[in-house]
Amino acid sequence: MLYHLGFIIVSLLIIVIPLLISVAYFTLVERKFMGSMQRRRGPNVVGFMGLLQPLADGLKLFAKETILPSNANIVLFVLAPIITFVLSLMGWIVIPFGEGAVVSDINVGILYLFAISSLSVYGIITAGWSSNSKYPFLGALRSAAQMVSYEVSIGFIIVTVVICAGSFNLSTIVLAQSKIWFIIPLFPMFIMFFISALAETNRHPFDLPEAEAELVSGYNVEYSAMGFALFFLGEYANMLIMSGMTTILFLGGWLPLFDIMPLNLIPGPVWFSIKLSIFVIAFIWARAALPRYRYDQLMSLGWKAFLPLSLGWLLFTVACLISFNWLPE
Amino acid sequence: MQTLFYEEYSPILVMSILAVLLSVIILGASFLLSIQKPDTEKLSAYECGFDPYEDARNAFDVRFYIVAILFIIFDLEAMFLFPWVVSITHISSMGLWVMVDFLIELSIGFVYAWKIGALEWE
Repeated sequence: MLYHLGFIIVSLLIIVIPLLISVAYFTLVERKFMGSMQRRRGPNVVGFMGLLQPLADGLKLFAKETILPSNANIVLFVLAPIITFVLSLMGWIVIPFGEGAVVSDINVGILYLFAISSLSVYGIITAGWSSNSKYPFLGALRSAAQMVSYEVSIGFIIVTVVICAGSFNLSTIVLAQSKIWFIIPLFPMFIMFFISALAETNRHPFDLPEAEAELVSGYNVEYSAMGFALFFLGEYANMLIMSGMTTILFLGGWLPLFDIMPLNLIPGPVWFSIKLSIFVIAFIWARAALPRYRYDQLMSLGWKAFLPLSLGWLLFTVACLISFNWLPE
Repeated sequence: MQTLFYEEYSPILVMSILAVLLSVIILGASFLLSIQKPDTEKLSAYECGFDPYEDARNAFDVRFYIVAILFIIFDLEAMFLFPWVVSITHISSMGLWVMVDFLIELSIGFVYAWKIGALEWE
């Protein structure tokens, strides 16, 4: 029993510590990449070519004073960043990084991920409510409405992938793509899933909740020091997990591009990381390239375009699979 | 059942405890180790240059409620689809047509919500 517990804790730390490091360097990549797109250098002072910048940022946030606003609900105010951060870590347990390289290979893995990403709206709405200040309140309302709108179409897209794979287990979903990645037969679903992932993580061009020109910074205006840092880490870890979900559902997880000699010698986790990095770069690219949406455009895209289209494509896929007798066993 | 928990779900329990501990530790350590000098100006709610004179939690747009209600309907619909898709090989074509009927009825509801303008944001 104790041995088992120790094994679990070690395997969880093997996930959590690299995750936190990659989140830190995600922020550096973002700043460097956006700097290059805007023809600047990005951070290049701290360490060699700015490589120690994320550590310096983290240390600065750690040393700052924690402000607990006098008219806020202190318990909820402290709880909100904890909820966000904990939920962003929880999803990584079921992600398969390679063949068998997963902490708990539960049967309902995709449902678990869906549930965890749905729960993350609670952290944001708790922050906005407990701050008792106008900007966080409006930001949290917008954020909650936006996240639930896009969750509906994400649900339909997941259903479509599950019916092609025949299982909720993430490893089985990946192995079902060994002949052809789902991005090819389900290309429109892939595009919708990625755009919904942008909206779900409140990223550009859908970052209405923290539109800095009108709402200063959205739901985390009142947060400082480590409370803000936990929100920040949680958001970026959520972005990574949405990239990971896209990789698993549509890009064949750890599977190599073609199952031929030089390509299948590269280990599975490396393939997984390469594919995940593509989506991370796409997240940053969207931020650097696209202007912000208006809120009514955002809602009409979610409800009037993605919801009917994903529902229709789901029925189309089911009909194709049944009529050609292609259903997985 | 015990082995299922032991093999698959115990990491989730341990992870939730570990993650809560980790976040409480870094929040608490930052709070205790950095210098805290609160004063009324720092602790008042952020507002553009003047003191907040009313509670921030006043009325907000009713459309947020409408979106929440619509979300409940359509997310439940997605939840009904989940058990259906994994059992579709075991149920006959009857199972397919029952679900198609269900989706048609929901689409009628969706069209109604669209027509009365519940999805409009001007």
